[in-house]
Amino acid sequence: MERHFERELESLKTMLMKMASMAEDNFHNGIRSVVDRNKTLADQVIRNDVRVDALELEIDNAIVDILALQKPVASDLRLVLAAQKINNDLERISDHAVNIAQSALSLSDAAHSSTLLDIPKMAEMTRAMLRDALDAFLHLEPDKARAVCAQDDQIDDMNRANALKVIDLVGKKSLQIEDALDLIRVSRNLERIADLTTNIAEEVVFLAQARVLKHHKEGR
Amino acid sequence: MDNVIIQTRRLNLYYGTFHALTDIDMDIEQRKITALIGPSGCGKSTLVRVFNRMNDLIDGVHVTGDVRVHGEEIFRPDVDLIDLRKRVGMVFQRPNPFPLSVAENITFGLQIHRSRARKEFPDVVEEALRSVLLWDDLKDRLKASALSISLEQQQRLCIARVLTMKPEIILMDEPCSALDPIATLRIEELMRELKKEYTIVIVTHNMQQAARVSDYTAFLYLGEVVEFGETKQIFTAPQQQRTEEYITGRFG
Repeated sequence: MERHFERELESLKTMLMKMASMAEDNFHNGIRSVVDRNKTLADQVIRNDVRVDALELEIDNAIVDILALQKPVASDLRLVLAAQKINNDLERISDHAVNIAQSALSLSDAAHSSTLLDIPKMAEMTRAMLRDALDAFLHLEPDKARAVCAQDDQIDDMNRANALKVIDLVGKKSLQIEDALDLIRVSRNLERIADLTTNIAEEVVFLAQARVLKHHKEGR
Repeated sequence: MDNVIIQTRRLNLYYGTFHALTDIDMDIEQRKITALIGPSGCGKSTLVRVFNRMNDLIDGVHVTGDVRVHGEEIFRPDVDLIDLRKRVGMVFQRPNPFPLSVAENITFGLQIHRSRARKEFPDVVEEALRSVLLWDDLKDRLKASALSISLEQQQRLCIARVLTMKPEIILMDEPCSALDPIATLRIEELMRELKKEYTIVIVTHNMQQAARVSDYTAFLYLGEVVEFGETKQIFTAPQQQRTEEYITGRFG
């Protein structure tokens, strides 16, 4: 017999996957608005973030209800705790997508595709990480989640390399300082999205194996 | 685990041909609260009654293996049962005060055992009632019948009666199941106070109670200890699938 409580947990997971799909869309469209120089899409990302915020609150309320009324334990408790953190991580991923979209609006036409550094490649990698982390959550696959954590360093390296390239281009006067700041901002926001994705993956390991990876890089 | 006070090794118990406990190996730590949980009939009450040999009162009980209290084997033929039950006191599901006055309930054991002089009785009564936080409520009703006080007060009185015997271990078999939630929480607070001096082993059906009050939890099923560990571990990340199913309510 499926109990009422199990239905509530399923409904929490469904809401969280909806949140994930909205945050993922915003991230994807934010990057496309930069790469394709599409300001309509950038506006859409900024508008959509309001819906992500609203859903975050809805999920928060559902979690408070479950904790107060059902007093979950063991794997149920870990699911609810992980969901709470993942919900917050997804909302922030959407905020970073908004930052990226705002840069798309202010980048000048002079900043053409040849000056986009490694941003398309970095975005593709980060997106794949996010997809894997969410898959790992949905299907409870701790190994897949650990693999996501292991990729975060590469994104950090790309972000550092982008900053150096921007300095170089500005020195050669191939890039305006305003565009340079926007490109650094986009790269920095991608790096933060990869960090939050790593947090999600760490939560999956906690959920599946009751092991805390946070702040224990060697444990990955 | 340091300071083991009760130790069982390959403990088996049979009611006639029924095998009620199978190969129980447990170390129970001194001055901690250990909770025994599990579905009805899993053997948790039987196990707790091993520790002061209350099961001896049932016909056809047969025990094998090793049970030690403070290193001393309690099933040896020369063990003094009265002394054992003084050292290992018991509190039951329904408060069971004697049909005597409040004060006489406290001093009854002392009279039987002649362990204190009669002139010390008033001090003993006060000390015992204070230790279960009943003194302020009952100091003017010491001569009232123990059956006239509230159920929670009766249960506290029964605990005080046990404490008068200066036990080392207090066994509690569902001590709160006849009490309302507020009285239950107050008894749990009392248990936390008592563990500073005593070791407590509690049988409970209320998993939240085990989670709230105990340091260690053992999950029993069909007469076996499926899992025994720190309560925090059991309720956040149990190692055994059956424990997980039981405490999350997905059992059977």
